[in-house]
Formats: sequence, C-alpha cells, structure tokens
Amino acid sequence: MIFLKRQLPLAITFVMGVAFAFQYYIPHPISEEAITSVSKWMQIISGFALALGLVSVFHVHWVKVKRQVPGWGYSLVLFVATVVTAFVGFRSGGETTVDGVKTGLGWLYDNMMVPLQGTMFSVLAFFIASAAYRAFRARSSEAGVLLISAVVVMMGRVPLGQFLLPWSWDIAQWLLNVINSAVRRAILIGVSMGSVALSVKIILGIERAYLGGGRDQ
Amino acid sequence: MILASLLLLLLLLLEAPALAAISAPEGFLALDTPNDAGKSLSLVWKASPADRAGRSVQVWMAESPDAPFKKVAEFPSNTRYVKPGDFPWWAQPVSKGDHYVKLASSQAFPIEDGKPYFVKLLVREGDQEVWSEVAEATAAPNMFNTAQANNLVFVVAFTGILLASIAAARRNPHVHLRRIAGLDAVEEAIGRSTEMGRPILYLTGSGGMDEVSTIAATVILGEVAKKVAHYDTGLKVPHRDPIVMAVCQEIVKESYIAAGRPDAYKEDSNFFITSDQFSYTAAVDGIMLREKPAANFFMGSYFAESLLLTETGASTGAIQIAGTDSDHQLPFFVTTCDYTLIGEELYAASAYLSREPVLVGTLRGQDIGKAFIMSVLVLGTALATVGVVADTGIFNYVLDLFKDFK
Repeated sequence: MIFLKRQLPLAITFVMGVAFAFQYYIPHPISEEAITSVSKWMQIISGFALALGLVSVFHVHWVKVKRQVPGWGYSLVLFVATVVTAFVGFRSGGETTVDGVKTGLGWLYDNMMVPLQGTMFSVLAFFIASAAYRAFRARSSEAGVLLISAVVVMMGRVPLGQFLLPWSWDIAQWLLNVINSAVRRAILIGVSMGSVALSVKIILGIERAYLGGGRDQ
Repeated sequence: MILASLLLLLLLLLEAPALAAISAPEGFLALDTPNDAGKSLSLVWKASPADRAGRSVQVWMAESPDAPFKKVAEFPSNTRYVKPGDFPWWAQPVSKGDHYVKLASSQAFPIEDGKPYFVKLLVREGDQEVWSEVAEATAAPNMFNTAQANNLVFVVAFTGILLASIAAARRNPHVHLRRIAGLDAVEEAIGRSTEMGRPILYLTGSGGMDEVSTIAATVILGEVAKKVAHYDTGLKVPHRDPIVMAVCQEIVKESYIAAGRPDAYKEDSNFFITSDQFSYTAAVDGIMLREKPAANFFMGSYFAESLLLTETGASTGAIQIAGTDSDHQLPFFVTTCDYTLIGEELYAASAYLSREPVLVGTLRGQDIGKAFIMSVLVLGTALATVGVVADTGIFNYVLDLFKDFK
C-alpha cells in the first residue's frame, strides 16, 4: 500500500519530470508528439475528474436540501438548473448553433450564462473604486507616494488629464516603464527562481507534502 | 549652374554601382536547418557591397538536378542578414552580417526529411540576371537544440547549487530565515477563527495541478490544516479543479491524522464548485457573506476574480492572507488583504512553516541563484553599454551566454 501511495507516485513524478524538463531542449518531432500525448492523457484524466467534481457538488447541495439549512432553496435551484441544462444540451447535441440557427443550449448560454458572467465582471468596476479609495488614503508616507504616483498615472492616461497637465504623460510613462517594470521584473526573477527550485524539489522527491501526509513517511 | 549639374551627374554615375558588376552570390550553401524539428532547409551566402533594394534574389528549388526548378521565394538582395541575437556564437550557421534564409515546408513546395533537394539562386537587376551554382541539402530533425545549451548548463548548475545547499543545511540545520509577516500571521488567523467560532476559508487559486503555484498552495494547505486540526477549527476549501480537489482532500486528511485528530476530519471540507471563473467567484463570495469566515487564505494563481474575492472578504471583516505569483493581481491583493506573500514567498512558505532543514536549505540555493542573476545583470549592462560606445561586437561572446535562444 505504501508503494502505491508513496513510492510509485514519486517514481512517476521523477521520470516524467526529468523527461519533460529535457523535452524543452529536444526539437525532434518525437518530443512534440510526446507532449501532445501527455496533453491528451491530461484531458482524459480531467474528464474522469469532472465526474468526481459533480459528485462533490451534488453531495454538498443534497445535504443542504436534506437538512433544509438556511438557503437550501438555492441548492434546489442548482439541481433544477443542472438537469434542465443537461437535458437541453443533449437535445441540442452539445451545439450552440446548427446551420446558423441558435439551439436551446445556445439560447440558454446567451441569455443566462453570458448576462450572469457579465454582471459579475462589471461588479469589478465598483470593487476597484472601493479598493482604490482604501489604498489611497494617505495615512503613511508610502501611501502618500502611492497616491501621488496613481494620480499622475491616471492624469497621464486620460485625454482630459493630458490636456490639463501636459507633462503628466511623460511622467506616467516613466513611472510605468522604469519604476513599475523594474519592480515587476525583480518579482518575476524571484518567481522564476522559486518555481525552478520547487520543481526540482518535487522532481527529486524532496518536497512531497503535495502527496498528503508528512514528509518523512 | 550647368557645370554644377554636370558635376552632380558625374558624381551620381561614379556613386551608382555599375549594372555590369552583377555577379553570382559568393559562398552559397544549402544546409539542413540547425536545431529544428526537420522539414526545412537553410541557405547561406556572403554579403556583398553591391547588395541593394533594386537588386532581387530569387530562390529556386527542385527534387533532382535535372528536374524543373520552381521559384519558392524572392526578396531584395539587401535583406535577410544574420543579425546579432539571431543565433548564439556557438550555433550560428553563418557569420553575422552574411545572408541567411530559412525555407520551411509549404504547400507550394513540400520538404520531406531524409530526401535531397537542390537549390539555386537567381540574382536579378533590370534585365540582367545571373544564376548561382546548384547546392544540395537534406532536411533532418535534430535531437538537441544546441542554441539552448547555455540554458541547460544553467539549469544543471542551479540544480547542483540547490542540492549542495540542501546537503549543507543537513550538516548545519540552523539556517537563518528572514521574517515573513504573512506566514507569521497564519497562526494568528487560525487562533482568531477559533476564538470567534467561525471557519477558515482556503482557496488554492484558479490553476490546475500542472502549475507550480497551485502545488505550493496545496503544500501550504497541509501546514494550515495541521494547525486547524490542532485548534479544532472549521475548514472550508472550495475548488475550481476536481483534480486539485482530490489532491487537497488527501492532504487535509493526512494533516488531520498527523495532528492526531483524524476524528475531526470532515470529508466535505474540500468541495468542488465549478470550473467557470465568475460562477466560482459568485459562489465563494456567497460563502463569505453567509458564513462569514474569520480568516480567508488566497494562495495560488489568480486572474480577474482576485479583487472580487478579496474585496468581499474585506467587507466581512475577515483577516486575509494572500500569496500569489500572478504579478498582475498583486496590487489587488496588497490593497485588500492584511498580508500578501509576493511571488517567491509563496514557494518559500512550505519551508518557512515546516522549518525542515532540507526545505530551508533550498532557499539558500535560490538566494545564490539570485545573487548570480544580479551579477549577470550588472555585468551584462556594463558590457552591452561599452560595446555600443566602442562600436564593437566582441562582448557578444559573453552576452550570448546569458541570452535565451529558441
């Protein structure tokens, strides 16, 4: 059992990790075919995993309906929506349009999913405003610098700002191209080093906490 | 005035290369394109002072020297030069400044591997033309991209440094780690949740298990789950990816066992919501507003949902700790969360929380790698600047070593 839970996954991780690290340096079509095959395996595994996800969703919401916890009606809506969408989807053959005509699934997608997604995304504008208000309260010298930089960048990026403060565009560009880029690159270098280090630890089996349990087992 | 015009005309005649000087390209060669997947050929020939826009070069190909040749490309003779940065000095098919043309397989003229092809150039200007010699080449795929040899050497060297650092940390486990406020606050956040009798919400980001940041998030989840089990606090981990959910279920379960509280483990602490970005966000926002977790953890990679999640969490008064390598989302996390693990701190969290010498040792290895990169940045900037000022390409031999070639 320990072999299946610990040694076999570590061996697979090592072999696949080394193989696909070297794949980057091999331009031969065999290398490309290998990565295409693995992508297909991933899709197959994801297909099975989706069933796992569905079981999880139904279990969580079934318990809510059964125990009639507050808001259990929403869980019922989820079941109804899932059944209706699946039924319409099968009847539409999984297509949103057939010969240019919108199917039932296409109608559901355009009139339910798209507006709902758009609503969630548009809320972001208000959240940015409230987050900016909190960030720009100049309570410290750092927040003051942030506030001044933000005002200059905002003025430099909108036509009215450029009209009122013609120099703001140059300063905004300098802030973005020099200060902002330098910091972003520093973060990205750190991220890259950390990413390679973690990958090496995982490939060599030094970091194995992601398999569950302690590292010493 | 007339004299000046005549002088100008004479000058122009002297300046203009004589049309009679048209000649075949020197050093013309056809070869298999180096470091590629096959099905392509490369042509090289010497640059000439007579190259100019008015003179064109046509490439003609055939499957045998006797078969009719077919025109496959045409371009002005003063184009298609090898420029600095196109190839590293150890893998360049022709000297910098000379002509280089890559011919890929196309519908008009398919190129097969292992089959010889015959190529010749036609140089034309006005009604004059001259043919080159016929060159032969066979396309073949390559097993190693020599242009990326520097990359491989650095990866192997960095791996060696990491392993040496781990060995050093095993001998001397007392490695100093700088304080990371966000990770110190983990204990505080869990304690606060316990006192308030509210659950902890832990998100592993939008990535799958093929992303390093998601793996880092699952590793931190293991450490958080141990503390949660110890304090007997509630834990909720909603997921966007069923595979990540399955992995996290196992991690949390094992953490409860490791903490000696297998009885406290709840199977449904990890649950799948949906893989759709905004549906997931709406569901998690709903959990935050209904159940009011006392602590929210946002680890892993995030996209536009980051602010929607953290701003909602902030409105509920929860203590929020984020950790991400998604640099575009960092400003949102820094603004709305109490603590943010920036970039590599996310990867270091496992070592920091567990304090295991083997993991801590790798952090020293990373620091050595960063010191090396900083040295290269300073050296490269200095050499490139001197190279431009002195108008010399001699420093390219050093600079090429640190460039990423495809």
